[in-house]
Amino acid sequence: MTMVAEQAHAAKLTNAELVQPRRGLLRRYPLVAIGALLLLAVLVVTLCAPWLATHDPQEIDPLTRLRAPSAEHLLGTDALGRDVWSRALYGGRISLVVGLAVGLLASAVGLLVGLVSGYSRIADAILMRVMDGLMSIPAILLAIALMAVWRASMFTVVLAITVVEVPRVVRLVRGVVLSLREQTYIEAAVIAGTRPVRIMRKHILPNTLAPLIVQTTYICAAAMLIESILSFLGAGTPPEVPSWGNIMAEGRTYFQIAPWLILSPGLLLGLTVLAVNLVGDGLRGMLDPRLARRM
Amino acid sequence: MYGYVGRRILATLPVLAIVAIVIFAILHLSPGDPAAVIAGDQATPQQTAEIRSKLGLDRPLYEQFAVWLGSLLRGDLGVSIFSNQPVTRLLGQRLEPTISLTLTTTIVMVLLAVPIGVIAAWRAESWIDHAAMTLAVLGFSLPIFVVAYLLIYGLAMRLDVFPVQGYKPLSDGIGAWALHLVLPSLTLGLSFMALIARITRASVLEVLNQDYIRTARSKGLGTWQLLLHHALANAAVPIVTIIGVGVALLLGGVVVTESVFAIPGIGRLVVDAILTRDYPVIQGVLLIFSGIYVLLNLLVDVLYVVLDPRIRY
Repeated sequence: MTMVAEQAHAAKLTNAELVQPRRGLLRRYPLVAIGALLLLAVLVVTLCAPWLATHDPQEIDPLTRLRAPSAEHLLGTDALGRDVWSRALYGGRISLVVGLAVGLLASAVGLLVGLVSGYSRIADAILMRVMDGLMSIPAILLAIALMAVWRASMFTVVLAITVVEVPRVVRLVRGVVLSLREQTYIEAAVIAGTRPVRIMRKHILPNTLAPLIVQTTYICAAAMLIESILSFLGAGTPPEVPSWGNIMAEGRTYFQIAPWLILSPGLLLGLTVLAVNLVGDGLRGMLDPRLARRM
Repeated sequence: MYGYVGRRILATLPVLAIVAIVIFAILHLSPGDPAAVIAGDQATPQQTAEIRSKLGLDRPLYEQFAVWLGSLLRGDLGVSIFSNQPVTRLLGQRLEPTISLTLTTTIVMVLLAVPIGVIAAWRAESWIDHAAMTLAVLGFSLPIFVVAYLLIYGLAMRLDVFPVQGYKPLSDGIGAWALHLVLPSLTLGLSFMALIARITRASVLEVLNQDYIRTARSKGLGTWQLLLHHALANAAVPIVTIIGVGVALLLGGVVVTESVFAIPGIGRLVVDAILTRDYPVIQGVLLIFSGIYVLLNLLVDVLYVVLDPRIRY
């Protein structure tokens, strides 16, 4: 299927070596600079939520329901009179935590499974069929089905999105391992009697790191998007958690009279995901200039 | 070639089998009692017991799987817990809007994205290229429902060009049908288009650096003929591959798009099923959509041989 293309892609990444720091790195890769700055801004703003928030995010005020954005309420108020700006600040924390948690968890599990799969032929035959099957179910639908069975919480949301993302990491890592196995220096190490675990740690793992880091950034971005979609459809974080997806889900009914309820958290989320994607594109450029020129 | 096609068809069978096992396992291997999960928190013990016996959850696991797989192979997707109707009938009722939406979106977006990608590659590093690729990155970064509401806000509420939501069947006239599909299609197709445009640009760019392109140009070939017959034809395989993979984006996006635009299709069916924990319906939609995805990618694999005579397996 797409395996050929992905293996070719992975093989190209394999040859990438970490670029030594050079002068004008940021001028050469402006995308990383822009993305990183944006991401830093989002991080600072959400971390400083207690100081930047103008109201208590949970405070209900029936007298100021569905107010348009103003000096008092920077992004307006929701149907219960809660301040959207303050809620959005705290909501950002949840998106970022989910993105980061899924990124780390999926990469760790994917790395492990991918290494095993690339190394053992029998395990490979079984594992790759399972991964093919998982990848044949559209991502959002698979996450929805898992959340329909599991009790909604931050943890289960992270777990469901991880299940969706793991096969992508496995494919990548396996591709790298398979192409490395053909390399002369690995053969030499095998002939010299180096134990497999040591070859794995000394030769294979370092080579998978560069493409894996790039993939992890993309997974973080995808995870934040899937989390918002799950919450928006009512299958994500529990409604009392003020995640961006939940704020927008509550705004659905009032969209025609209070469009800021969806548009402002939505654009914040878009900006955050954009920042992570730019960092990913930029990192890929730094780690493999040949590939980056093509994309 | 027939041998290759035959082997490819055989190779999809284990994938389909794994899909079926995964979908079965999601309900049955998750922690907790599946009957209690489906019945919900407010259910009485009697209701839970009723669901358990109705779905055969009181029987051993292997027996349940055999029965489920058997009826699946006969085309029976079970009965909805919420409406007590066969899942296949529910799916059938919702088929037209979803097919209208996905088919028009696929066709329109491919027809838009491929030329954009070709032009971006041909004029690489120009403002057209930068504009197209910026749009592509944006297309990946905005959640699909935010795109939907931005379009509704701008083109339906402010400018009043398109209806805010709803669906008109084809039998109501092609004009009304098309008018109601414009915003949903744009919403659903944006990330799909971004993906195809990016890959088209990358693969055409690579072909444009080849020697035979220089030869073609130096023998005086026109730009269009060069781009279409030489560059695009040789870049076709990765483009078709990504169209096949990208269909997963469309099938997932349908769920969100139909729900925002109140389109009574299969996507909407599954969202309603989440809220009522109607697991047989969720299972049915998952099976159908995954099946479509697997079959489309089988088609893509077969198309390789047609598109690129160099490929011989």
